[in-house]
Amino acid sequence: MDDFYKEYILDHYRNPRNFGELERCDASAEDINPLCGDKIRFELQIDDGLVTDVRFSGKGCAISQASASMLSEEIKGQSVEDVARLQVERVLENVGIGISPARMKCATLGLKVLKSAALGEIATWPDDDAAAAARGSR
Amino acid sequence: MILETATGRRAAEIAGDFPLLATRTSRGKRLTYLDSAATSQKPQAVIDALVHYYVHDNANIHRGVYELAERATAGFEAARAKVARFVNAAEPAEIVWTRNTTESINLVSFCWGLQNLGPGDAILTSQLEHHSNLVPWQLLAAKTGAELRFIEVDAQGRHLLDDLDAKLRGVKLVAISHVSNTLGTIAPLETIVPAAHAAGALVLIDAAQSVPHLPVDVRALDVDFLAASGHKMCGPTGIGFLYAKRALLEAMPPFLTGGDMIHRVEYTSATFNEIPWKFEAGTSNIADAIALGAAVDYLEGLGMAWVRAHERELTGYALERLRTLEPLGIELYGPPDLAKRGGVISFNLGDVHAHDLASILDTEGVCVRAGHHCTMPLMAKMGWPATARASFYVYNTEEDVELLIEALHKAARIFKLA
Repeated sequence: MDDFYKEYILDHYRNPRNFGELERCDASAEDINPLCGDKIRFELQIDDGLVTDVRFSGKGCAISQASASMLSEEIKGQSVEDVARLQVERVLENVGIGISPARMKCATLGLKVLKSAALGEIATWPDDDAAAAARGSR
Repeated sequence: MILETATGRRAAEIAGDFPLLATRTSRGKRLTYLDSAATSQKPQAVIDALVHYYVHDNANIHRGVYELAERATAGFEAARAKVARFVNAAEPAEIVWTRNTTESINLVSFCWGLQNLGPGDAILTSQLEHHSNLVPWQLLAAKTGAELRFIEVDAQGRHLLDDLDAKLRGVKLVAISHVSNTLGTIAPLETIVPAAHAAGALVLIDAAQSVPHLPVDVRALDVDFLAASGHKMCGPTGIGFLYAKRALLEAMPPFLTGGDMIHRVEYTSATFNEIPWKFEAGTSNIADAIALGAAVDYLEGLGMAWVRAHERELTGYALERLRTLEPLGIELYGPPDLAKRGGVISFNLGDVHAHDLASILDTEGVCVRAGHHCTMPLMAKMGWPATARASFYVYNTEEDVELLIEALHKAARIFKLA
């Protein structure tokens, strides 16, 4: 079990990618993990429905921080709808270790916040576009 | 440990009384249970009492006239008497059964607080309280217009009492943890209680972390209310108690209302039962109360002076061993003076988050708590996002401490702490 925390998890924990704040933030969200008070904030820069830049910030355990860091790398260039459609399985694949039920909230906090930012953006769109996005994200 | 109980038993042997401690984790590891501040394990004697009740004595209490019901009632009331004796209450009627410490505190807030507090009054608590001894007072203050004040604590979690008399002006109730669940701080009640009474305030102590771990005498402490939980003192979950002085209980209105707590009921009115039953509406948690009585017997068999001495020695040993991890960046929190702390050690290791630490320790069978320990304002004040916490009880030994240390070294290896 010494590979319990994979090398790249520690790397993302100590050197989080896309960490900080955006100069131009078009959509954002933040939340805490009430289990321990871990906090994550995601900021998105959006052009023509695509995520053109992203930053996240917060404090927390290696699992929550690495999971958010990896997500931030993956979503650049993706459509806001695709970000809103991201599934938990993706995060668990990224983390790469068996996540116990007790740690599931740590692993998925970043995803929850990111999706909430994307859905918040979609909610501001004109009705037709939003309805199409909602159908797509079902 | 070297310390023996009066009957010549040691912690390693006492661990044998707790069947769960003999089980293994899914990884085949010996269980190193260091989370007794959250809940204690249960000795076979308590489990047996629970089973015995359901197999031999189960009936509803107080009104049954048949032998079985009388036996259930006698067992239930005998358990109350045991708890009363355990905390040295003047009489069993001063012990009210509740579900837990939280419910006991809420009972005081609703039945005493709402009657006695108003604008211009104040409630004094401290900065290190468990949410159970904070949130009820926040809501009471909001409802009554009373002010909520705090005794400050220093960086080691010690109460700062220089301005106590000033803080006590206008205070009607001092509500304070006897022992901190996060830092282990033992509150200086010998100073706080007389000062509170001199200022005309009553004193409630949250004894969730003291009644299980050290001799507690409500009359020697001269507290007015004491709240405690059964499950942290070898008893079952779902049973706790409130101690209050008779005159206070008699003056307080009922809490929950309905069956069993009444004297006489007419269609549009009712009069209420005597204390303590006035506060025990509906069928009580009979089995768990009786099993808590068995837990009291068990702890008295060990001797509470021994329990305290054992935990103090083990905490001292653990702190000494944990300090050897200083090159790896361990930070130890809480009062340095062992005479003023219970068997609780909060810590962090390097830049490893407490949750990661607890997960890695778990792979070695070492159970510690991680997070804010239901003391979020204290964590924010101290600037700790989270801490890991090891807490000890009667069954813990130096071997448990060594396994904790080994598991911490493993965490340090995984996180490559130099």
